[in-house]
Amino acid sequence: MSADGVDLKRRRTLTLATSAFGAVGAGFVAVPFLASWNPSERAKAAGAPVEADISKLEPGQLLRVKWRGKPVWVVSRTEKNQQELARDDAELADANSEMVQQPSYCQNPTRSIKAKYLVAVGICTHLGCSPTYMPKRTIDGLPENWKGGFFCPCHGSRFDLAGRVFAGLPAPTNLVIPKHQYLSDTTLLIGEDGGAS
Amino acid sequence: MKKLIIAFVMAVVPTFGMAAGGGINLDSADIDLGDQASLQRGAKLFVNSCLSCHSAQYQRYNRMAKDLGMSEEEVKANLMFTTDKIGDTMKVAMKPEDAAAWFGTLPPDLSVIARSRGVDWLYTYLRGFYVDENRPFGVNNIVFPDVGMPHVFWEQQGMQKAIFKDVDGKQVFDSFELVSKGTMSTEEFDGTMRDLTAFLSYIGEPIQMERKALGVKVIIFLLFFFVVAIMLKKEYWKDVH
Amino acid sequence: MSENKGFMAWIDARYPATQVWNEHLADYYAPKNFNFWYFFGSLAMLMLVNQILTGVWLAMSYKPDATLAFGSVEYIMRDVEWGWLIRYMHSTGASFFFIVIYLHMFRGLLYGSYRKPRELLWVIGVVLYVLMMATAFMGYLLPWGQMSYWGAQVIVNLFSTVPFVGEELGIFIRGDFVISDATLNRFFALHFLLPFLLCAVVFIHIVALHKVGSNNPDGIEIKKGPKGNKWSDTAPADGIPFHPYYSVKDIAGIIGFLILFSAALFFAPEMGGFFIEHPNFEPANPLKTPEHIAPVWYFTPFYAILRAVPSIAGSAFPGVVAMGAAIVVMFFLPWLDKSPVKSIRYKGPIYKIALAVFVVCFVILGYLGVQPATPGKTLLAQICSVIYFAFFLLMPWYSKIDKTKPVPERVTQ
Repeated sequence: MSADGVDLKRRRTLTLATSAFGAVGAGFVAVPFLASWNPSERAKAAGAPVEADISKLEPGQLLRVKWRGKPVWVVSRTEKNQQELARDDAELADANSEMVQQPSYCQNPTRSIKAKYLVAVGICTHLGCSPTYMPKRTIDGLPENWKGGFFCPCHGSRFDLAGRVFAGLPAPTNLVIPKHQYLSDTTLLIGEDGGAS
Repeated sequence: MKKLIIAFVMAVVPTFGMAAGGGINLDSADIDLGDQASLQRGAKLFVNSCLSCHSAQYQRYNRMAKDLGMSEEEVKANLMFTTDKIGDTMKVAMKPEDAAAWFGTLPPDLSVIARSRGVDWLYTYLRGFYVDENRPFGVNNIVFPDVGMPHVFWEQQGMQKAIFKDVDGKQVFDSFELVSKGTMSTEEFDGTMRDLTAFLSYIGEPIQMERKALGVKVIIFLLFFFVVAIMLKKEYWKDVH
Repeated sequence: MSENKGFMAWIDARYPATQVWNEHLADYYAPKNFNFWYFFGSLAMLMLVNQILTGVWLAMSYKPDATLAFGSVEYIMRDVEWGWLIRYMHSTGASFFFIVIYLHMFRGLLYGSYRKPRELLWVIGVVLYVLMMATAFMGYLLPWGQMSYWGAQVIVNLFSTVPFVGEELGIFIRGDFVISDATLNRFFALHFLLPFLLCAVVFIHIVALHKVGSNNPDGIEIKKGPKGNKWSDTAPADGIPFHPYYSVKDIAGIIGFLILFSAALFFAPEMGGFFIEHPNFEPANPLKTPEHIAPVWYFTPFYAILRAVPSIAGSAFPGVVAMGAAIVVMFFLPWLDKSPVKSIRYKGPIYKIALAVFVVCFVILGYLGVQPATPGKTLLAQICSVIYFAFFLLMPWYSKIDKTKPVPERVTQ
């Protein structure tokens, strides 16, 4: 092909400009398609923070609340439970909650806002089963000195009453503590903390 | 630009008469969806007067709060009677069985009523109830003959009588005559119904204002693209000519 | 063409990438005198891609279930991020696809693009058109509104008019005694399947086109003309490489088209009830027919022909046959035209008038198809239907006696 009298520079510039417009346009078009995969308003509404009434929760009891399709436990710990949380650290994989499995305001010995109440996502950090609440040693799979906690029936992981995982078991990390806040002494809001974290 | 496009589209496409109004000339609703105060008044009217029987099951309260410029707390406090979850849709308080028993038919969901009926129809309908002793609720409607709905706004509008005139042996609607005064003047009532119609239009397609705003941007972008593409084409076609 | 080196050489040894590029783009010579009417082929491809892409995305949120379908469309319109745009791109896109296709077909009528050696190209094109109509019809049921429901009811009942087996045929298509969940479910599956078929036939359409080469507004075979041009000594003198000349031209055409498409998409997505009919915002109700049922605009010319034919011996079948014949007759167009010339530029006044009258009648039929039938309108529909068929069936006669003009040797600009 002859290039007589052809302004190649202009041609290149215009090709570049058109390609640029095309690329930007394609980018714009891609946005709706990709963004449509985000959680929809319905999913967001279903995943909205939930309120839990804990006024009737007796010490030692567990309340299950559904949040984003997952079980969230609220456990009212007895005085004895609370004291027993100060155990031998070597038994636990992450006694001081150094891994970020909780909002910063729950990185404390009880892993909670109030020492009395444990709020945790009831999903084992191993492969996603929901562990069973074991306030007492009722099955043989638990150690002799069991002081209450959770036992995962799937692969035998154990957690104490602050949701901390015992060392040497399949579950790698402590249970997740969701964002939460107390709206009043008896009302808990799970899923939102008003920006406290 | 925007006006031009709209004018162009309107000129090219003859808009069909929407759902027939029984041969009645529909009054122009003349709503302004940019008027948030009007939409807020409409929303208030809607949740107080309509939502007890009619649902708007696709409209979420939090979406309404955002689009109408209200805070979620305001909406929760003043506009939510059937639920306490701001993310919920506008479900109805009445049980469907009760509704069917009361009105003989299920009151339709109003989410997209403005899209199936058209805003002018709604505006005319809402102001078109007249005394008719033969109907169960004592009223009939000029654009929806033998409607199953009572005249919800009779206190505000008052009751009116329809005057029919004889044209070629057929009874044709002529005008309304107020028989008992309501708490609102005709102008006030028309304005209130305009607010309600505007709100119904909004819930029919919550995105519509954003859609048009985005359209202007897209077309401006394409116009620049078009100019460059034509320059490119002309440059290459110098070889051919 | 020089041999490629490096990566492309590696590819070319295993896949004819460079060869395909050259044969169909860089070394594919198209007549240099294409005008406005030649944009619609590439635009049709664009719309097919648009429909498939948006359609697949809609399918991610749509529920083909009679109790959920209507709600899932509103869910897409409100709750899915940007869902409204994807939905409108699909629903408005369907109408624009048909606008493009009708103009593409009209181009064929203008310049005799169906004449030898392009008969098969035309026939494949009509197959595409029929497939498109089937796809669109099934798609229109999916929003599960009143028009979706009753439109499907009416169209499926057309099959029920077939003598002897009709009733069973209708039930077979619906999978039920009325349009129901089963019908919706299978129409959804087919609406998803048929576009794959469309793509395959589009591919065949293009293979056929590149075998015979494009026609042009003069209706001259450039391959039979002199050889040698600026780019090649062996290529037709009146041809230019498709790439870059027609690729840059088509880009400009596509952007221009997108401006119009966006105007509709963002400012009048329902197009006053033409693209999305108002009663379709009411959920399907098997117990209540809307006051007036009309198909979407792209079917209405054929629907008007259907209604124009009176029942004979208590059967509506003749109308159905007429409607089917109105489409089938298009297949025979290449053999009906006996004119010695292809393009309208050199055809005589008879064809020009015939085509103009045909187009006017087609538009009138389209208009009548959305209107409620009255005796006057039915008569008008009957007249237009007769003209519609006369245009095709009398063509062997009037195209022969028409006074044509001499065709030049070379294409004109």
